[in-house]
Amino acid sequence: MAEAPAKIETQRITLTVNGQEHAEEVEPRMLLVHFLRDQLGLTGTHVGCDTSQCGACVVDVNGKTTKSCTMFAVQADGAEITTIEGLASEGAYHPVQEGFWEMHGLQCGYCTPGMIMSSVALLKRNPHPSEQEIRHELEGNICRCTGYQNIVRAVQYAADKMGESGAASAD
Amino acid sequence: MFPTEFAYHRATSVQDAIAFLGANPDAKVLAGGHSLIPAMKLRLAAPGALVDIGRIESLHAIDVRPDGAKIGAMATYNDIRDNAGIARIYPILPEAIAEIGDAQVRERGTFGGSLAHADPAADLTAVFLALNGEIAVTGPNGDRTIKADDLFVDLWTTTLETDEIITSVILPAPPASNGMGYEKHAHPASGYAVVGIAAVLGFSADKTCESARIAVTGATSKATRLTGVEQALTGQKLTAELVSSAAGQASDGLDINGDLYASEEYRAHLVNVLTRRVLTSAAGL
Repeated sequence: MAEAPAKIETQRITLTVNGQEHAEEVEPRMLLVHFLRDQLGLTGTHVGCDTSQCGACVVDVNGKTTKSCTMFAVQADGAEITTIEGLASEGAYHPVQEGFWEMHGLQCGYCTPGMIMSSVALLKRNPHPSEQEIRHELEGNICRCTGYQNIVRAVQYAADKMGESGAASAD
Repeated sequence: MFPTEFAYHRATSVQDAIAFLGANPDAKVLAGGHSLIPAMKLRLAAPGALVDIGRIESLHAIDVRPDGAKIGAMATYNDIRDNAGIARIYPILPEAIAEIGDAQVRERGTFGGSLAHADPAADLTAVFLALNGEIAVTGPNGDRTIKADDLFVDLWTTTLETDEIITSVILPAPPASNGMGYEKHAHPASGYAVVGIAAVLGFSADKTCESARIAVTGATSKATRLTGVEQALTGQKLTAELVSSAAGQASDGLDINGDLYASEEYRAHLVNVLTRRVLTSAAGL
């Protein structure tokens, strides 16, 4: 008779997602993306390829742009996470979200949450990227609809907009 | 997709991690996770336990000194790319790191993890060989170092023992007058190196090439030095003709992989072309 597999214990993790603290029990093998979607109900983060290629699941973990399908929830114990749901503030879109709206940076929208999270990280590091730099930094995000042209324009729109507000606040 | 069940232990120190590995023979070390976790999801790897070394503070430090650099095993690609001392002394590192995977892989992947995983198409394996590095390793019997030339054995196989952990990557100071670079033909879908060539050349005051370390990745089952090319350059004043003729033989004698994307012949061609390109630029020709 085959022995029953040893029971793997769940672990308790505490983390902050979009400013809200959560304490949850997770199996060690639960991926962060499933934790966000299934346990916290934050379904804005998508599962695309599930093989670390497509970037639909990108979130921010402690300031690092992260494919949440390539990290276990237990690794995020104590972390501060921002997902697409946490980007807008007080009903106002983040400039990158606005850019995707204004420049029609999406068609079906499936890749968009990850595309936006990666673009936000890109602009944080490099506020004035060239077109080539935008394309290089977004290589980990795959879009099967747009051909990327309007996505690049959306990031450029956001860079201009954030540059203007930065200049305004410096005055 | 999700992996098979495993127990998870977050190590508080290197000793704690080694003790866990000793007590759990089917455990694996989790560093950046960007090779291991995809393999676990595909169930190509099914460790019974993971020991997470990500929170061991001492493994994150990068220390650059005149006589060399010590890069903590958990330093991420972007930590290394953004280190001004590294960029000044070892410009081959940020150059090669820009070619690794994508922005998210560079954010979480680690130098130590890449060397321990020893993917035949990784980028920094060849750079590590060209820089004549070594790794500092800790195991149940204490500390030891493994030289780059002694690390890689075969596909995903190194001379690291299963209960040992890389604690840092140690790079000697490069030659006072040097040229270095990395050239890569990336697979268009995966970003892995179909072929990558790393070169570090040292020059005397009269511009004679005094030392050459050149290594290939992607083409063979493990990152491998191109000793024939190194010998052809050493002791010579480099010219476009000499570089071209040495690079033209770079693939001779290598046991080159072929697959659906790139045949053995095509990879051999890329080895020669990319060797010529990287040497031309490293020699300032």
